[in-house]
Amino acid sequence: MAVQIETLAEEMYAMVAECQGKKNLKATDLTKAMIARHGASECSKDDCKHAIRQLIDSGRCVYSYFGGSFITLPHKEGAAPD
Amino acid sequence: MADQKYPTPLLDELEKGPWPSFVKEIKAAAKAKPTAEDLLGQLELSYEEKISHWKHGGIVGVMGYGGGVIGRYSDVPEKFPNVSHFHTLRVNHPSGWFYTSDVLRKLCDIWEAHGSDLTNFHGSTGDIILLGTKTDELEPTFNDLTKLGFDLGGSGSVMRTPSACVGQARCEWACYDTMALCNDLTHLYQDELHRPAFPYKFKFKCSGCPNDCVASIARADLSIIGTWKDDIQQDDAAVSEYAAAGLDIQKDVCDRCPTKCMDWDGKKLSINNRECVRCMHCINVMPKALRPGKEKGATLLIGAKAPILQGALLSSVLIPFVPADELLETLKELVSRIWDFWGEYGNNRERVGELIQRIGMSAFLDAIGLDPVPEMISAPRDNPYIFFQGEDVAEGTAEDEEVQNEATVKETK
Repeated sequence: MAVQIETLAEEMYAMVAECQGKKNLKATDLTKAMIARHGASECSKDDCKHAIRQLIDSGRCVYSYFGGSFITLPHKEGAAPD
Repeated sequence: MADQKYPTPLLDELEKGPWPSFVKEIKAAAKAKPTAEDLLGQLELSYEEKISHWKHGGIVGVMGYGGGVIGRYSDVPEKFPNVSHFHTLRVNHPSGWFYTSDVLRKLCDIWEAHGSDLTNFHGSTGDIILLGTKTDELEPTFNDLTKLGFDLGGSGSVMRTPSACVGQARCEWACYDTMALCNDLTHLYQDELHRPAFPYKFKFKCSGCPNDCVASIARADLSIIGTWKDDIQQDDAAVSEYAAAGLDIQKDVCDRCPTKCMDWDGKKLSINNRECVRCMHCINVMPKALRPGKEKGATLLIGAKAPILQGALLSSVLIPFVPADELLETLKELVSRIWDFWGEYGNNRERVGELIQRIGMSAFLDAIGLDPVPEMISAPRDNPYIFFQGEDVAEGTAEDEEVQNEATVKETK
């Protein structure tokens, strides 16, 4: 049975939280990790896309830009003046 | 300027001469907006110190979108508090850049209410650029823009805002409806436009004919350039009229044809259409006498980019001819294969053209399931990445085969 989108979103969130401040993760990193974990038959690229969308639309994760675009947890903008 | 908040002797130099001056425009805006006033001050400081005082990037944006806002903060906010935040919005332009004056006024009203008043019509990708606002104003600006029927464009690792020449709206050379295709691509790939999922940026540009007014061959990861398959349409009477009016057809048309496929005997122009490379020169010189053929469509090319991390690339032919009415369907299929492969194997910040350079065109074609065709090369036997084996060439001689095998061995090494 295919992995639920909500489950993928949770697992992706855990990855992003674990890497916060250590490594910037791209959408493709999360997708590849999920497919490697669950197998392409249980978890498609489209499923991962929906899971990422859920994370972003809920505000639990945000996109960031540092040369390329990454997915990160919301945080106070380092560059923003106090 | 006596009432200027900051003296700007270096910037003032850029107002001299007969050219349009961005300094002059910022000064005009500064009369109404403190933001523009502080922008002048910070820019003068950058010119003095020869360094940028902008911090770029971060997480700033509108809810749900990963593109369309370019975060920018001053690193000297204590000196120039009104530009402590100075974010840019990219707004998706209408296909072909057609506006009504009413819409332009409303756009300006929105920006006057939420931003610095400063705009750039248009950025190099084609978007409307709204320069300079604060984080708190991003969502209200976005809401007002959507009410007016606009959406944000692309930034970051997304499919960037597609752009198109004016096409059949104003140009008789357009070989397909560029504006319709641009609009279709924009709607089809909304997710890819707003939610970064690629290794780096990806640009579509639609040019209606080989004149390539949107420079897609130099700027687009996927260029769609209008062309025709049959013969150039020729009106002999009109050719004679050009000659009678003083046009030197031999010198100005035939001699400048890159493949010398035209002959002029003083009365009749003959075109060897098999040798024509669709450069458009003759058609541009004699627009009343020559026209693109009737069987119209587009050539799809891949891999162009302007220099950022690596040098500039021009695009390479991927599919020599797609009939106009099959363009969208062909693109859908082709693009999904390209994005799949690029997403899988592209390095961070690697454009698709750079990926092709790294792995070789042959491997790329194999990966996306396209066969090499002669139109992909610029000249016969002058291409380093396609080699034919003996069994591929039915009439090849043993000597040819030997030469080809040597070439393959060299390539492998």
